[in-house]
Amino acid sequence: MSRYTGVTEQDLREMLSAVGVGSVEDLFAEIPDGVRLKRDIDLPPGRSEQEVFDELAGLAARNRHCDAEVTFLGAGMYDHYVPAVIDTLLSRSEFLTPYTPYQPEVSQGGLQVMFEFQTAIAELTGLPVANASVYEGPSAVAAAGYLAKLETRRTKLVASRGLHPHSRGALRSHATGYGMDVVEVPLDAEGATDVGALAAAVDDDTAAVFVQQPNFLGTVEELGGLAEAGKRTGALAICAADPLPLGILKPPGELGVDVCVGEGQSLGNRLDFGGPSFGFFAAAERFLRKMPGRIAGETRDVDGKRGFVLTLQTREQHIRRERATHNICTAQALNALAGVVYLSWLGRRGLVELAELMLRRTHYARGALGLEPINPGPVVREFAVHVPDLDALFERARAEGINPGYRLARDFPEYPDGLLVAITERRTRADIDRLAALAAAVREVVAA
Amino acid sequence: MTRPALDPRAGDEAVTIYERSRAGRRAFVAPECDVPEVPVEDLLPADARRDQPARLPEVSEPELVRHYTMLSAKNFHLDEGFYPLGSCTMKHNPKLHERVAALPGHARLHPLQEPRYAQGALELMWRLQGALAEVAGLPHVSLQPSAGSHGELAGLLLTRAYHADRGEQRPKVLTPDTAHGTNPATVTMAGYEVVKVGTAPDGGVDLDDLRAKAGPDVACLMLTNPNTLGLFDRNIEEIKRIVHDAGATLYYDGANLNAVMGIARPGDMGFDIVHFNLHKTFTQPHGGGGPGAGPIAVSDRIEPFLPIPRVVAHGGENGGAPAFDLDFDRPKSIGRLRGFQGNFGVFVRTFAYIRSLGGDGLEDVSRTAVLNANYLKARLGEEGIAEYLPIAFDRTCMHEFVLSGSPAKERLGIRTLDVAKRMLDHRVHPPTVYFPLLVEEALMVEPTETETMERLDHFADVVRSILEEAAEDPEIARNAPHTTPVRRLDEAGAAKKPVVRWRPVDENPGDPGRAKDASASGTGAM
Repeated sequence: MSRYTGVTEQDLREMLSAVGVGSVEDLFAEIPDGVRLKRDIDLPPGRSEQEVFDELAGLAARNRHCDAEVTFLGAGMYDHYVPAVIDTLLSRSEFLTPYTPYQPEVSQGGLQVMFEFQTAIAELTGLPVANASVYEGPSAVAAAGYLAKLETRRTKLVASRGLHPHSRGALRSHATGYGMDVVEVPLDAEGATDVGALAAAVDDDTAAVFVQQPNFLGTVEELGGLAEAGKRTGALAICAADPLPLGILKPPGELGVDVCVGEGQSLGNRLDFGGPSFGFFAAAERFLRKMPGRIAGETRDVDGKRGFVLTLQTREQHIRRERATHNICTAQALNALAGVVYLSWLGRRGLVELAELMLRRTHYARGALGLEPINPGPVVREFAVHVPDLDALFERARAEGINPGYRLARDFPEYPDGLLVAITERRTRADIDRLAALAAAVREVVAA
Repeated sequence: MTRPALDPRAGDEAVTIYERSRAGRRAFVAPECDVPEVPVEDLLPADARRDQPARLPEVSEPELVRHYTMLSAKNFHLDEGFYPLGSCTMKHNPKLHERVAALPGHARLHPLQEPRYAQGALELMWRLQGALAEVAGLPHVSLQPSAGSHGELAGLLLTRAYHADRGEQRPKVLTPDTAHGTNPATVTMAGYEVVKVGTAPDGGVDLDDLRAKAGPDVACLMLTNPNTLGLFDRNIEEIKRIVHDAGATLYYDGANLNAVMGIARPGDMGFDIVHFNLHKTFTQPHGGGGPGAGPIAVSDRIEPFLPIPRVVAHGGENGGAPAFDLDFDRPKSIGRLRGFQGNFGVFVRTFAYIRSLGGDGLEDVSRTAVLNANYLKARLGEEGIAEYLPIAFDRTCMHEFVLSGSPAKERLGIRTLDVAKRMLDHRVHPPTVYFPLLVEEALMVEPTETETMERLDHFADVVRSILEEAAEDPEIARNAPHTTPVRRLDEAGAAKKPVVRWRPVDENPGDPGRAKDASASGTGAM
């Protein structure tokens, strides 16, 4: 008996007697001898709660986390402040421990949260319908590609290199399965998607074009022009977006975008070394019955009382099976709860204030660093610069407890000396000035 | 009804956070702007700027907390009571796991932190990979897939890459007619055609049907064992021979792994690829619909194709501490399935669970899960219950079993749905209903190992009382539930005229009922 089970010796006797067998072993008699494991599982013995805590704490202590340094690292996940209300609400057993709401009468809390979440995502993206979450950002991009396949029956996907490299990777992997090719379009000399190249890449076989707002370098894309160019042969315009900057950026849905997806970590979710967070998926009304995943809808009960249910389930795998719009089942409900609580905490004005603060600090930081920008145009939350001696900057900065950002060469050979710097509300002017001083010091050494 | 409602305010009409909004209220105060307050117009071109703020709610912190706390009270949850949802493995979620997952070294670790500054996280992943490999009996593990269905997709993408590498094109994938819905949906998404394999009278795979269909055009058989009827397929060795002789891969849907840890390993049964549901077998709390994680374990011949990045260890052979790293240089890899390294927060909880229980403890999990299921099956096989809800395939079950509600429908006039809804009034969660599809009026019961005998007895008593009550007056069950925050909901209406987001009253002119309620609850100035 472990601390999580409760069969006493007395219980065991009574239970075996009720079943009509002599031992627990008898219950496994149907398993052929040839496939039985005739030894113990080769793992160390179990330990007390206290010992496990200590062991895990020891492992955690070997990670340099965002409270242990000043980090300018972003590139898809960001060091934002997560308010205390989120810890309080997400740790409630009522939210933490139910399954997917298959019995709506006893799941109204979770279902209403989904409905409120869908509303917030629809508001941010400027698109009328959103689902209750998908796994995370890059696989949401891949899910949008599948929708484009179902909608157009075409074979080609066109992706800007401004789309997160993980999104492009996930799109390629998934598209290999559903039988589509992915073509990439380069960024122009100012780090924005090359609209001419995008228009040229689109043809009658193109099911969708993918761009990102702001793009991977932090550039605010001219989304309207890209969507128009992308759609000229009937392809869908799909935008991956960071939801926080959407607080001040024109909603993709108002700029001709058909489907807007994205990574939700920046909305009240922990970094967690990459997950769990949530992905969101919003679309034009005509795609409502082709969307992936759970969707909550408002309805009435037999007494006429307002309530919420999982709706349009004939799209989903458990009903439609091989003709489902996607195979997703378990998604990210708890993380989406964090998202809608966060957005409600910020509120209508707070989201704008936070996004404007990020915008101003981003531009301040780009100026303060004094390095040649890769994307000199409008940026928000992130920007890219050429650094003459990137290794020297990292060495000095890390010794002083600063993480300067993301080395672009990891994914962009075209920017061998590129550094991607992320700014959140947690990076103060003092933090930025420290990084700028280091950059200046390294520059002097290089010049000398 | 005498039982108290889940929420003492169950009589209240639902109010969304948007309807609680009042212009001017706020929970958030922005940090000081310590850089020049350059006008936004100078930083963003007009065509990129939002004209109107997103219509998010305006609420104070106390109202925000109350709103979501009140909502939470309308959920039934595992910490409150019995949750025998078949194939979902709703076992207790140890509270330690939340504490260790929240440690800043885990929760506040950036996914792109350089590996040398993330050694603790990478070691945890490395050791978890090893533990899952040992449980599965397959040597290579990728933790990356985000959930079971994502693991299934990974498995079929790996199968495609494996066959392509051998110059083979195989368009079909076999799934039993008892399969979870995710299996056929995955097959289509991975670009294959579904071919169904029948079920034999004993509940296992129909071998003749399998032999007839397993040919050179078949890429894979997706199977779960024990299957969705809760039965261990006694012919697994023959199934393996047929599938492998055809040149196909054998895929193990790990949804039912809770039955066989330390008893029989998928790798030893001949499976090439296995996915784990860490939110089932390994107690990640389900969160009302996620997050989960769906790691995969594979055999040697599949390993070259695993997703990138791979977590690897260097050195450590001569007694020194190994160094952990991420390996992207995998030329045959299927590529990425998602961002970063997977749902690490889930891995932390799973690792804590495995360290808490150890190898012996995991075996005890499965033995107790199977004992509990057979005990509950025996209790539900008693007179007064079995006449109405007989076991669909009466063999020794594994961790779950399936009842048929057909006799109850005929003799008592109540359907499985009615039985399930009446359970809600007794504050136990119903089993999975109407699945698997080949059992009429199915109820699929999975008690898990963390329930005590008294809880199982109570459930049997509840079932008995519902049936006895129905013999007197079936209307009570037919109209159930009676004590929940809402009663049966109009799902057909919801699908016919979908309302999937809140809108201000003035945007809903066409729906008088909707507008009336919104105004009754006092819509704020949004």
